[in-house]
Amino acid sequence: MNTTVEPVTGRVHSWDLSTGVDGPGTRFVLFVSGCPLRCLYCANPDTWHLRDGERATVDEVMAEIEKYRPFLTTAGGGVTLTGGEALLQPAFTAALLRRCKELGLHTALDTSGFLGARATDELLTDTDLVLLDIKSFDVGTYRRLTGGDLAPTLSFAARLDRIGLPVWIRYVLVPGWTDDPEAVDGLGAFLAGLGNVDRVDVLPFHKLGARKYDALGIPFPLRDTPTPGPGLTERVREQFREHGLRAL
Amino acid sequence: MTATVEAGPRAAAEAWRGFAGTCWRDRVDVRDFIQATYTPYDGDASFLTGPTDRTRAVWRKVCALFPEERRKGVLDVDAATPSTITSHRPGYIDRDRELIVGLQTDAPLRRAIMPNGGLRMVENGLKAYGYDVDPFVRRVFGTYRKTHNDGVFDAYTPSMRAARKAGIITGLPDAYGRGRIIGDYRRVALYGTDRLIAAKRAERALLDARPSTPDVIRDREELAEQLRALDELARMAASYGCDVTRPAATAHEAVQWLYLGFLAAVKEQNGAAMSLGRTSTFLDVYLQRDLDEGLIDETRAQELIDDFVIKLRIVRFLRTPEYDELFSGDPTWVTESIGGIGGDGRPLVTRTSFRYLQTLYNLGPAPEPNLTVLWSPRLPEGFKRFCAQVSIDTSAIQYESDELLRPRTGDDTAIACCVSAMAVGRQMQFFGARVNLAKALLYAINGGRDEMTGEQVAPAMPALEGEYLAYEDLSAAYDRMLDWLAETYVETLNVIHYMHDKYAYERVEMALHDHPVHRFMACGIAGLSVAADSLSAIKYARVKVVRDASGLAVDYEVEGEFPAYGNNEDRVDALAAGLVRSFMAKAREHPTYRDAEHTQSVLTITSNVVYGKHTGNTPDGRRAGAPFAPGANPMNGRDRHGVAASALSVAKLPYDAARDGISLTTTITPEGLGHDPAERAGHLVGILDAYMAADGFHMNVNILDRTTLADAMEHPEKYPELTVRVSGYAVNFVRLTREQQLDVISRTFHGAL
Repeated sequence: MNTTVEPVTGRVHSWDLSTGVDGPGTRFVLFVSGCPLRCLYCANPDTWHLRDGERATVDEVMAEIEKYRPFLTTAGGGVTLTGGEALLQPAFTAALLRRCKELGLHTALDTSGFLGARATDELLTDTDLVLLDIKSFDVGTYRRLTGGDLAPTLSFAARLDRIGLPVWIRYVLVPGWTDDPEAVDGLGAFLAGLGNVDRVDVLPFHKLGARKYDALGIPFPLRDTPTPGPGLTERVREQFREHGLRAL
Repeated sequence: MTATVEAGPRAAAEAWRGFAGTCWRDRVDVRDFIQATYTPYDGDASFLTGPTDRTRAVWRKVCALFPEERRKGVLDVDAATPSTITSHRPGYIDRDRELIVGLQTDAPLRRAIMPNGGLRMVENGLKAYGYDVDPFVRRVFGTYRKTHNDGVFDAYTPSMRAARKAGIITGLPDAYGRGRIIGDYRRVALYGTDRLIAAKRAERALLDARPSTPDVIRDREELAEQLRALDELARMAASYGCDVTRPAATAHEAVQWLYLGFLAAVKEQNGAAMSLGRTSTFLDVYLQRDLDEGLIDETRAQELIDDFVIKLRIVRFLRTPEYDELFSGDPTWVTESIGGIGGDGRPLVTRTSFRYLQTLYNLGPAPEPNLTVLWSPRLPEGFKRFCAQVSIDTSAIQYESDELLRPRTGDDTAIACCVSAMAVGRQMQFFGARVNLAKALLYAINGGRDEMTGEQVAPAMPALEGEYLAYEDLSAAYDRMLDWLAETYVETLNVIHYMHDKYAYERVEMALHDHPVHRFMACGIAGLSVAADSLSAIKYARVKVVRDASGLAVDYEVEGEFPAYGNNEDRVDALAAGLVRSFMAKAREHPTYRDAEHTQSVLTITSNVVYGKHTGNTPDGRRAGAPFAPGANPMNGRDRHGVAASALSVAKLPYDAARDGISLTTTITPEGLGHDPAERAGHLVGILDAYMAADGFHMNVNILDRTTLADAMEHPEKYPELTVRVSGYAVNFVRLTREQQLDVISRTFHGAL
């Protein structure tokens, strides 16, 4: 077994502690830099470019995480790697997950699945939970919304199912983009066919990232898109529930 | 220790039927009674009942008075009758419906005057609300009867006055009742006053055998006053048709007797905090016995608690607008400590612990009584979840670490005011308000001159020179300045408490304590995060000094980055912890009045706004006049990594150097506890467990949206019940001053994107 990870470094945007939104309990959430997708609703445009992150060694990141180990353990939480796209830096991500597991911490990987092929089996062995963001189930919409293809995400989902790794689906609900009943239904049917989906979080689109776009001097494409009302959100949740999924 | 006395009269046999245990029968020892008799409850909240029509009717009558009270500031004052235990005729809310009776005056929300603390406070309070000062009262307390306030100012030295005036030592209880003394009101229910009087006589007999030194003479006089107060308590109770000379024989009587004991205290003293103690599990013993005997059902049990809590919610004191500026929202700190774990490992949670919290649903959220859960990760899950759910629904609970309290003050500890721990009936404290550590830092830079006025307040020391502040120089100067401050402070407190004992002694509260009692001298510090961040800026960045024409440093320019307290960064957190340790050590160097044990708090209540107003620009970049963070909180907006990181910085402050409590107020948005509402209570339990496991002492938990608060500022009429926890207590948000409301809104809200 190879645990020599000293030389591995990565580009890190920031870290935070959050509760109940990035996996179970209170979690240390590491935002790494760089993302291959350009989702129109992205709330973190400041994490798009790898070069914008600060270089950090695995040891440095782990020193920070270690300060929270008792807290995270007692609070029933753990560590979530997100970004950006954590699988854009697979070696760094793998090393962090391994070290977290060595500390006995629960690990979650928040990913779009677009780069799922870069996740090694070892990386997934060190992952307790995948937060899989499926942006849309319609191939055309997915491409217009993210700039990428849907297929890699679906094959990653199937792979996670094969190895029995628990998954929470994240579905950002954007009026006019991801509220199409047919697409939602299609995704529900696909997910119902998997045996490892614990829940589907339907996340209402918000514009809290708009200020970041302003600061970066980039236009926020969905500035005029309305946020979904409770009625729409509940309708979509109900659609997933009809497929026997636990939608929240 | 309380001396042994003969077992009580025959009444006791009936009153104590079915109770186990022996020690508590032979001596006054409520803790032993609880341990011998209580029934732990490890279930959930499903047994609780809602409010009855009777409860609703009584509460509606009281609520109908609130709008006028809010509008006028006070509903009514009896300006002519200095309040004593027996000064007023019985008063009622709704005589036919009330289960628990007794009011401070002859009508609900009618305030009394208590001039023993200071006539000026009474006069200013009356004038502020449009009442005339009664000539008789003025003659008596202006001519014949000296007050605590008069005594203090007779004995203050010029340097004490200067420090007080400059606001470097502030909030001092030198013009009003000091409070923070918890009578063991449970004793009235368990023993009745006859037995308590007998026990006090026995204590007195021991004193009579000792030589008449000044200390012994004072103790004898105090015991004589205590005996008189117990007698007055019995007479006041009799005026309500209650014979408290004998022990309570039913749950109804137990609640009533206990309340009458507390009522006597709030009729006699307008202490800054008039806390209740730790009564829920004590009363549960009586409620459980009546339930077992079939005398009452759950609905009735809850009704008794609801009615009791209605009374606790309408305790009122006449204050001045200046006082309200410091501690706004009309707080009385009727703090009740709930839960905790016993020395034998059994949780002290009973069904009545739940019933107390249930009042926040049955009567709606409210700041008083100040419900305080003594938290331990070892509490039963059902109770923990219920507490968390109540917090999420009402933002009306605070949490203090039972794991820190129990080993130090025992398993019958209660909190006075916000965070001050004491063993009920065995320990008391001399409330000492606080010093302004941030201002002291500026004094160190300016050689003892005040940064706002230029006046020499502290003894002249060399001011720091040079364009940039050097950490080593500042450290040394700050240390010297804190030496002066600690000495002046403890000396000032000694004067205050000498005079308070002399002119405004808490007769009935102390009658419900053992003799001799253990005393704490409760010092306090404010501005900790400003001081720590300023030190951090000077140490890790560069801080350029801007001086005025007279050479006074009036502003600072920070060049570069520095770690801020509140991000779980040892480099700066250690500076904060070091300040706490250092000031405690300095205070301990100075002897205290009555050999009280020195303690200190890191607590500001709402006075962080006023302290900020009176403190100039600070080297951390804070602007002159900007509010401090409350209590031990990190500065607003500087804690950037979420509630856990912020809390862990605070948890590093050493409790043993701040045994009077370390206050942390957190505000989390509902989303910040999770997308799924059903999971939020569990998540909050996790945060509390983890914070306390990390030696965190206190957490005020607000679950609020900023938009709600902003809306409440604009439309107060829509939010009469909106309760917000500030440093160590809760307030009706709409009763805060606009400045304080803005301060609350500007605080860090830990949310989720």
